[in-house]
Amino acid sequence: MACMMSSMSTSDLLSSDWLTSEHSTGTSIMAVEFNGGVVIGADSRTSTGAYVANRVTDKLTKITNHIYCCRSGSAADTQAIADIVNYHLEFHEVQLGEAPLVKTAASVFQELCYNYRDQLTAGIICAGWDRRHGGQVYNIPLGGMCVRQPFAIGGSGSTYVFGFVDSNFKQGMNQDECVQFVLKTLALAMSRDGSSGGVVRLGIITEDGIERRTVLGNELPRFYEG
Amino acid sequence: MSSIGTGYDLSASQFSPDGRVFQVEYAQKAVENSGTAVALRGKDGVVFAVEKLVTSKLYETGANRRIFNIDTHIGMAVAGLLADSRQIVETARTEASNYRAEYGGNIPVKYLADRVAMYKHAYTLYSAVRPFGCSVALGSYDEVDGPQLFMVDPSGVSFGYLGCAMGKARQAAKTEMEKLKLKDMTCMELLKEAAKIIYIVHDEVKDKHFELELGWVGAVTQGRHQKVPQDVYSEVERYAKSALEDDSDSGNDDM
Repeated sequence: MACMMSSMSTSDLLSSDWLTSEHSTGTSIMAVEFNGGVVIGADSRTSTGAYVANRVTDKLTKITNHIYCCRSGSAADTQAIADIVNYHLEFHEVQLGEAPLVKTAASVFQELCYNYRDQLTAGIICAGWDRRHGGQVYNIPLGGMCVRQPFAIGGSGSTYVFGFVDSNFKQGMNQDECVQFVLKTLALAMSRDGSSGGVVRLGIITEDGIERRTVLGNELPRFYEG
Repeated sequence: MSSIGTGYDLSASQFSPDGRVFQVEYAQKAVENSGTAVALRGKDGVVFAVEKLVTSKLYETGANRRIFNIDTHIGMAVAGLLADSRQIVETARTEASNYRAEYGGNIPVKYLADRVAMYKHAYTLYSAVRPFGCSVALGSYDEVDGPQLFMVDPSGVSFGYLGCAMGKARQAAKTEMEKLKLKDMTCMELLKEAAKIIYIVHDEVKDKHFELELGWVGAVTQGRHQKVPQDVYSEVERYAKSALEDDSDSGNDDM
């Protein structure tokens, strides 16, 4: 446990990790496909070393009306990438004359994350709905691979919940079951991972667009807390 | 309808006093001198039929193809200067390939038609180049959007069609097409009618020998564009030839 009171000296100030560390979305993020759309979720903690720079972060970033991405890794890197993908997709939508496919957004993410893999720290889950293939989740982890999965988890908190999701995932869940699945998983991850916490931000993307929800700390599912 | 440009027709960068770009019109004339090509869009696919004029008996059969594959799901039939058309085919293939590399999927045929049209149009703006002397028809089929057919002419104008014709007998071909209820026809029916149209409009006097080239893309090919298989080709050719004889026979009936 850290000491509550500590005397500050100049060397402390210069060497404190929260003054010198990069903003990182430590994070627990998740996305699940269901028939008719996807449910995406993320925690809300941005940490700079041990200091929580933002405890109400929104890690669910819009790419188009029907395509969102969950960001984990470096906050700066993922924001920059999401901006570029947003630009590409907006342009593409105008040229195409119709809403772009989720696969297209995932491919653009992949191009960037793979070609600049040495300079980036970005783990992204791209999820959304399109009229051709319905709800889709694409996982684009650190090296820049891109793979579609029925559900995907990411971020530092995900390591604690692989067992939970593997044992609790069922094919053919409906929207509400998916929401509960995401909430439970993220609650568990946030409970164990120091870099994840705050509130759970949810997004439910269907043909009609996105419905956003925020579940506050005291409303989250509770588990054994030791 | 021909008129002499006299001085305003030397480069594509010049308008004539009555607002025409003669170089583009001359390019369209080049298309009109080539063998007829028709494309039909029906209920579950798009078919291409080309009257490939054979100028010498010494050519191998199947030489100088006029129906091409642009990626696996799009077919392109061309009319006009064949060398110019081959350039357009290469350009379209590169576009489709770049699209797949960047966006991870099949290029939508409408989007490709727009890109080809923009490319051809660019060549109508400058005096350093000449317009492409070819018209191309692009067709594709997929389960969500159904069959789609577009044609791009030398001026760079692109439209979607239910049926389109290019080349020397295109007016006659269009007249024949208008008799058909294209929307409700299946790929096989379309093929037969397209081949029949080619045989009907073919001028026996001026162009002796021709090869019928056929291509199709539809539900029957699972959305892949391909040359029509030999057995289907034979059946369609037989239908077209016999329909032609029926037509010419009916002309000999006594009143």
